[in-house]
Amino acid sequence: MSSVAASPVSDSPASLKTPRPVLQLVDVRKVFDGFAAVDGISLDIEEGEFVTIVGPSGSGKTTLLRMLAGLESPSDGYITLRGELINDVPSNRRPTCLVFQSLALFPHMTVGDNIEFPLRVRKMAPEERRKRALELMAKVRLPEDYYSKNVMLCSGGEKQRVALARAFAYDPDVLFFDEPLSALDYKLKKLLEKELKDLHRESGKTFVYITHSLEEAMVMSDRIGVMRAGKVVQIGTPEQIYSTPADRFVAEFFGEVNIVPIRRAEGGWVRKDGKPVAVAPGVSVDGDEASVVIRPEYMRFVTDGAGAENTLSGSIFNEYSLGSRLQYQVRSRTGRTFLVEVPRAAAWKGDGEVTIGWDAVNAIVVGG
Amino acid sequence: MADTSLSAPGPKLSPGLRASLPVLFLLIAGFLAPLLTVAAYAFATPKSFDVFRSFTLENLSAIFDPNNTVWTSFVWSLALAFACVAILLVICYPIAFGLNKVFGKWSGFVSVLFVFPLFVSENVRLYGWVLFFIKNGVLDGALKWFGFSGGPELLYTPGITLFGMIYVYLPFMLFPMTLGIAMIPRDLVDAASDLGAGRLMIWREIELPLAMPGILIGALLTFVLAAGAVAEAKILGGQSVITITQDIEVAFTYAQNWPMGSALALILVLIVSGLALSAMARLDLDKILGKR
Repeated sequence: MSSVAASPVSDSPASLKTPRPVLQLVDVRKVFDGFAAVDGISLDIEEGEFVTIVGPSGSGKTTLLRMLAGLESPSDGYITLRGELINDVPSNRRPTCLVFQSLALFPHMTVGDNIEFPLRVRKMAPEERRKRALELMAKVRLPEDYYSKNVMLCSGGEKQRVALARAFAYDPDVLFFDEPLSALDYKLKKLLEKELKDLHRESGKTFVYITHSLEEAMVMSDRIGVMRAGKVVQIGTPEQIYSTPADRFVAEFFGEVNIVPIRRAEGGWVRKDGKPVAVAPGVSVDGDEASVVIRPEYMRFVTDGAGAENTLSGSIFNEYSLGSRLQYQVRSRTGRTFLVEVPRAAAWKGDGEVTIGWDAVNAIVVGG
Repeated sequence: MADTSLSAPGPKLSPGLRASLPVLFLLIAGFLAPLLTVAAYAFATPKSFDVFRSFTLENLSAIFDPNNTVWTSFVWSLALAFACVAILLVICYPIAFGLNKVFGKWSGFVSVLFVFPLFVSENVRLYGWVLFFIKNGVLDGALKWFGFSGGPELLYTPGITLFGMIYVYLPFMLFPMTLGIAMIPRDLVDAASDLGAGRLMIWREIELPLAMPGILIGALLTFVLAAGAVAEAKILGGQSVITITQDIEVAFTYAQNWPMGSALALILVLIVSGLALSAMARLDLDKILGKR
């Protein structure tokens, strides 16, 4: 078994130069009743990395995480941890720990007993256990007198911290997080995101985090993987994913965007209505159908004084205030809706009939 | 109290109290009144119907008379009830666990199999067992037919009484227990395993405490029912053991000594409710459920 596991890691000479991945997935699949929840994922996760997997619900990200944690076993493919095949290693024998979406705190135990649970498994002496639990509570900023508090009487944020402390008590090599912040209010979420990032840096451990929230992923991750229908469609730094989405799905997933479908024509690209489209040089898309993706902040109102490489006309039918910025919904002649986001100072003063436009350099052309 | 007219001036009843009046009335008429009548009968003149008009401790002193052997009935009833609960705990846990985690789509069918006997009268089912165990009955006859020397003499023993009680009260332990086990969130078991715990530790520290409310309710229910059991001892046990309920029944019927029957019933109620309450007090349901 272990010889199979070793081969994908040691074969390539490149792996000698780059740090050896702590977790490696090779063509991992998980099939439930003929449905592939995870459909052939290959992924290297480096030591000490903070990797976030994002995707809409049903994209298979939770199944992927459960396989990594040992709560499901893959139908196909290999999962190796430091070069050891762990496909069928049960969760209680893996040096990994999962923070559940529900947090899965033991409701009949105190905060201290929850945190000490993995230490009790290891038969650590009671005094030592207590000392370690209090250390961890300080680390996650839980007051010391919470030690003997019933865990169900803690607030949402406090429960979060207990779950984190308990995971750290297990002292895993890799920590997995299954949307643990999804139930919290915005302010607390922001605070805990930063704290989690700090904990990651201080502990030097590898974090694999899943979420459906772009913001969460952007704030915390070294790398982001985008999942769709059981596959990883793109993986890269937050910057890469944001500025060069691999396809329309990734572009749309990462915030509000304007999409203009285009097709290949003689000497360049044209819109559906036949009007030529200026695209940035060096666009390489397979096939004859493509989409231009323009973020709302790169869309602007075209006036006599300020033109744009691409224009279209329409009428404003909604205006939203985003604080320092304003967002307009513009309906084009063809009935498509476009978002234009401008600084408050550049608010549109004219009537409802507008021409909007964008420059080729600010648009991304993606296949499909 | 006498003022029942709603239009009459006076202290107004709160909406909550008014809404609870029907239930309150039902409880007073259907539960409290008979109980008080029984309690009153227990202190009435022996072998009379002078309830509420006489007060004597003769019935109780007759029961506690050292020459009276009725205490053996109490001991048998309570011992059989304890044994029944203990054995049912052991039998039902694996079935309840299976209904939740193992049987999958068959669990509905298995549940129905356990519910089904409840549609048939208890006495009919017990007589069915008599036919099964009786000499030249189903078991004995079949064994003889296959050339064996015949079945063992099981009928009319304390053992078969216990068997009958276990058989009759099994659903009352099984279903609360099944609900209790269903209350264990799967995430907690997964989390415990993920934190390194083995099967035994997960069972002891997570599953058992979280299923405890259901287990406890099942145990109390079966204990209370088993302590009042009579048909098993009469039909299957052939009166080899006299349970206290049978003594009470005899006092009320053949003996026509209602005060004596009431005194016995009162003592039984006190013993059973005392045991049940002390068990409930020791096991803090709120704490188990994490509400405190």
